[in-house]
Amino acid sequence: MPTTDIWSMLFVFMLATFVGLQVIRNVSRLLHTPLMSLTNAISAIAVVESISITGANYPTPIRLLGLIAVFASITNIVSGFLITDRMLKMFKTTRQGGNGR
Amino acid sequence: MIMNVIVPFAYLVATVLFIFSLRWMNDPKTARQAVYAGVLAMAVAVGATWIKPEVVHHLWIVLGIAAGVLLGIPLSRVPLTAVPQRTALSHAFGGAAAGLVGVAYYYLWWSTDPGQLTPFRTTALITENILGFLTFTGSLMAAGKLQEVKWIPQRPVTYKGQNIVNMALLVAAVAVGVWIILNPTTALAARLFPIVIALALLFGILLIIPIGGADMPTVIAILNSYAGLSACALGFVVDNKLLVTAGALDGSSGLILAVIMCKAMNRSFTNVLFGAFGQVKAAAAAGEQKAVKSATPQDVADLLTNADRVVIIPGYGMAVAQAQHRVHELYDQLTKRGVDVKFAIHPVAGRMPGHMNVLLAEADIPYESLVEMDDINPDMPQMDVCLVVGANDVVNPAARHDKGSPIFGMPIIDADKARTIVAIKRSMNPGFAGIDNELYYDDKTLMAFGDAKQVLGDVVKAIAGEGATVH
Repeated sequence: MPTTDIWSMLFVFMLATFVGLQVIRNVSRLLHTPLMSLTNAISAIAVVESISITGANYPTPIRLLGLIAVFASITNIVSGFLITDRMLKMFKTTRQGGNGR
Repeated sequence: MIMNVIVPFAYLVATVLFIFSLRWMNDPKTARQAVYAGVLAMAVAVGATWIKPEVVHHLWIVLGIAAGVLLGIPLSRVPLTAVPQRTALSHAFGGAAAGLVGVAYYYLWWSTDPGQLTPFRTTALITENILGFLTFTGSLMAAGKLQEVKWIPQRPVTYKGQNIVNMALLVAAVAVGVWIILNPTTALAARLFPIVIALALLFGILLIIPIGGADMPTVIAILNSYAGLSACALGFVVDNKLLVTAGALDGSSGLILAVIMCKAMNRSFTNVLFGAFGQVKAAAAAGEQKAVKSATPQDVADLLTNADRVVIIPGYGMAVAQAQHRVHELYDQLTKRGVDVKFAIHPVAGRMPGHMNVLLAEADIPYESLVEMDDINPDMPQMDVCLVVGANDVVNPAARHDKGSPIFGMPIIDADKARTIVAIKRSMNPGFAGIDNELYYDDKTLMAFGDAKQVLGDVVKAIAGEGATVH
C-alpha cells in the first residue's frame, strides 16, 4: 500500500506557497517578464517524474508518455533559463550603459 | 542508499536553490545569479533522478533531452517583442508535461497496482489533469492570439450563454472526475479518464476565446499559475515534495502577477476571465467630430528640445511598430542636451507583465529611467512634455471621471496633467476598448500622425540637425 503522508505534503505545500508569496512580492516590477520566464523553467521540474517513468521498466505506452513529457519539460528548462539570462543581460544602469558609448 | 539519502538530499538542495533563485530576482543587480541558481537546482534534480535504481533505460531519456534542447535553443532566441507568445507556449508545454505524466501514472497503477489509487491520490490526479490540460490548450490559444495566427480570432469572440457553456463544461469534467475518484479501479474509470482530459482541453480553448489583447497580461499570469499548480498537484500524486515546492513557488508567482495586473485594471479575476470586455460599448456613439491639433515632427522636435523635463509613455503600439530603438535615439539626443527624460510604465502596458521594461532595456535604456505609474503620477504636473508612444487606454482620462466608460476606475498615468502632451498615433481609430480617448482632444495635446518608428525617426533627425531641415 502507498504510504503518502498526506498531512506532511499539505504542510509543505502551505509553507512553500507562503515562501513564494513573500519572496515574489518583493520582485521589482522591472523584472516581471524575466521572472515569468524563470518560473516557467522552474515549473518544468515535472521533468524528474518524466525521467523516472521514461527510464523505468514500464510498458512502452507509459514510457512513451514519459518521453513526450521529458521533451516538453526540457524545452521549457532550456528556453526558459536561456531567455531569462538573455533578458537580464539587457538591464543596465546609467553607468554601464548610457555614457560609455 | 541512493533512494533514502542521495535523492532526497539532492531534492532538498534543489528546493533551497529554487527559493534563492526567486529571491535574487528582487534586484536587477543579483538577478543573473538567480538564473545560475535555477540552472544548478535543475541539474542537481535531474542528475539525482537519473541515478535512481529504477531508471534502467537511458536511450529515450537522452532522446527526449536532445529534442528538448534542439527546440529550446531557438525558442530562447525569439525577438523580445515575441516574448509573450513564447511565454504562453511554454505554459502550454508545462501543462502538457504535467498532464501526460499524470495520465501515465494513472494507467500504470490501474493496470499493474490498483492499490496505489487511493482516494487522495486519485483526487490529486484528476485535479492535476484538469489543470494541466486546460493550461495546455488555453496557453496554445493565447500564444496563437499573440502571434496573430490566421485561424485563431484575435478579437474577443463572445456569444450568448458563453459563461454558462464554459461553466457547464467545467462542472461536467469535475463530475466525471469525482466518479473516477469514487471508483478509481473499475474498467469504466479507465474509459472515463480520457473524457475528463477531453473536457479539460475543450474548456481551455473556450476559456481563452473571449479574451482580448489588453487582458493578455492577466491571462498569461493566470496560466503561469495554473502550470505551476499542475506540477504541484503532480507532486501530491507521486509523493514528491520537490514538485510540490517548485510548483507552489511557480503557482504563487503567477498568482501575485495576476493580482497586480487585475489591480492595474481595476478588475477582478472573474471579470477578466468571464467578463468578455470586447464589445461592452459598441454604442460608443460614432457621432460628433471633435477637432484635434496635429503637429509635424519638426514641431515635436522643437517642443522636446525646449523642455526641461520630458516623460515618455510607451504602450503596445511601440512594440508593434518596433519603435523602441528610435525611442532610445531620442532619449540619447535629449539627455545629451540636458533634458531630463523619464519613462512612465503602466503595469498592463504591452501583452505581459513587465513587457515594456524588457523592450526598453533591450534598446539600452538604463533601468533607472523607467518609472512605475504610482511613482511618476505625482510629478506629472511638473512635466513640460509628455510623449505618448503607442499607448492609449492607459492614458485615457475617462477612466477617472466617466462612469459610463468600460475602463472607469482603472488607474491611469496622468498624461493630461503634463504641460503639453504629444501623442504619436497611426490614425484616430479608438484603442482596444473601443472607446474614444478624450486626451487627444485636449487643448494641450498635439497629435503626430504616422507610424511610431517613422515619426520618431523624423523627430530624432530634426533634433540632430539642430532645427535645420534635414532629411
